Amino acid sequence: MSTTTARHESAPAAPPTTWIGHLRGLLERKLPYEKLLPETQPSYVASWIYVFGVATLGALGVIVASGAVLAFEGPAWYHISHTGLFFNSLHFWSVQLFFFFMVIHLFGKFWMAAWRGNRAKTWITGTLAFVVSVGAALTGYVVQTNFDSQWIAFEAKDGLNATGVGSWFNVANLGQNLLIHVFLLPAIIAVLVAIHVLLVRVHGVVPPIDAAKVEAPPVPTVPEREGVR
Amino acid sequence: MSATTQETLEREPWTGPTRHYDIVKEGVIATFVVLVLTVVLAAIFSSPDDPALTFQGWAKSAPDNLYATTVAELAGTSDSATYGPPYNTNGDGQAMGPIAPQKWAGVHQPVDPPNDFVINPLSSQQQPADVADALVTWTSASADVQTGWATGYDTALNDPQGANGDATKVPAGVGGPVPTLATGLVAMATSGALDSVLPAPGQFFTTDNTKQILFLGDGSYLDDAGTANHLQGNEWGMMNETGNFPGQQWLAPFSFWYQLPIFNSDATTGVAATMTANADLYILAIIAVMMLLVIFLPYIPGLRSIPRWIPLHKLVWRDYYRSRK
Repeated sequence: MSTTTARHESAPAAPPTTWIGHLRGLLERKLPYEKLLPETQPSYVASWIYVFGVATLGALGVIVASGAVLAFEGPAWYHISHTGLFFNSLHFWSVQLFFFFMVIHLFGKFWMAAWRGNRAKTWITGTLAFVVSVGAALTGYVVQTNFDSQWIAFEAKDGLNATGVGSWFNVANLGQNLLIHVFLLPAIIAVLVAIHVLLVRVHGVVPPIDAAKVEAPPVPTVPEREGVR
Repeated sequence: MSATTQETLEREPWTGPTRHYDIVKEGVIATFVVLVLTVVLAAIFSSPDDPALTFQGWAKSAPDNLYATTVAELAGTSDSATYGPPYNTNGDGQAMGPIAPQKWAGVHQPVDPPNDFVINPLSSQQQPADVADALVTWTSASADVQTGWATGYDTALNDPQGANGDATKVPAGVGGPVPTLATGLVAMATSGALDSVLPAPGQFFTTDNTKQILFLGDGSYLDDAGTANHLQGNEWGMMNETGNFPGQQWLAPFSFWYQLPIFNSDATTGVAATMTANADLYILAIIAVMMLLVIFLPYIPGLRSIPRWIPLHKLVWRDYYRSRK
């Protein structure tokens, strides 16, 4: 059953009474379009270090695209096909670049203390994305179906078994690792990255550590508290 | 801008000077550049792909080692046979004092080396008469008799004062059907049949390589190949790759700990021996703590202040600091 209400154009919108209405209200407050897709940034957003976050996303895109081709042809395709070997190489090098960019991004954000100003969740989702990516890379190495995957499976099993995790996450099980590698972990990474990027847009890019001194130098500031928050 | 605290500046929307910044354009250009870079790297360097080792290759290049490993599987003295959870109950696995998650997790991927690696594969194929007779003899005997045959032969084969690994020097009659079974399995491996039968004898689909990996690792064939490729754990092998390719460089903080003498010792007694025997568990515990410190760094006093004490941020924002002076 549905009800209709006539609303005068100039009347203020009624407070939402439904879950979807509350969700829309939350998004409109926290992430209006001008915040989600801004055309300007604070003047301090002017350093090469900012490029590495978006470069990490670019590399992730290449990983997913090359991985999708490999997924359709199967894990052993690249052993017997020059085209397959090329796509495998794209996948391999995009992973190397992904981690290279991501580590620089991580170090950059550390030295910028980018968690300040209620941005801890942004830092946490980023570091979690890194940790899950390490797992995704491991499962990728063990589904190569070559000597490398034999060796890594044999060696990695001991660490996983020692923690008890190996009982359910068996790196010597090709089928299990293939599923984890092409679906489960990429899905988790996609969600973490999406939340991470949205949090960056919600809170904006963190101001410089000494921004207050720079923006209002003549005014005595409140004594600094311990730590950088 | 009115006088304000640093904390307010960080929490409130920025009201200071701004500049045009097209995030979408930056993203498209960055993705394109990364794509080009990836294509160039792939075209020039390709990617590593050393063929998988096979039991056929093992049988042809090191038949004596495969033979001795087969005997050890029957005798229950191989690494797999004595591993413990998650494969069997013949060991406890690693522990950190009373903390033994490997033991607590229990057996989830049952592996019975004598049957899974030797008897079942041999039984799944038509065998020469002597091997078929040996199979009947073995399967008809009690477990105690089987163990007596296999351990007796294993001891005789590896006696440094006797056969010292040479099967032709083991006195005749020792081990009952064991030498015939081992010879039969080496022959089966040489023909290539063992590679396809081992994972799941009699089954159509195979997606689990646990048995192959464990059996392969019990001998020296896989280990020698790892050493030749500089992949051993004590030489940063965790982050190495076959050939000259970069490996999992991001595991450097993990691999580091395996290089420390305390986790990489030849000692047979004492703290170093205990730490080395349980190195995986100790190191993973350290990594877990390190990981938690990094993840929750924004909440950890002291650690979160390092960027203020070592002001590398002045380098990052040097243009902003300079332009606003």
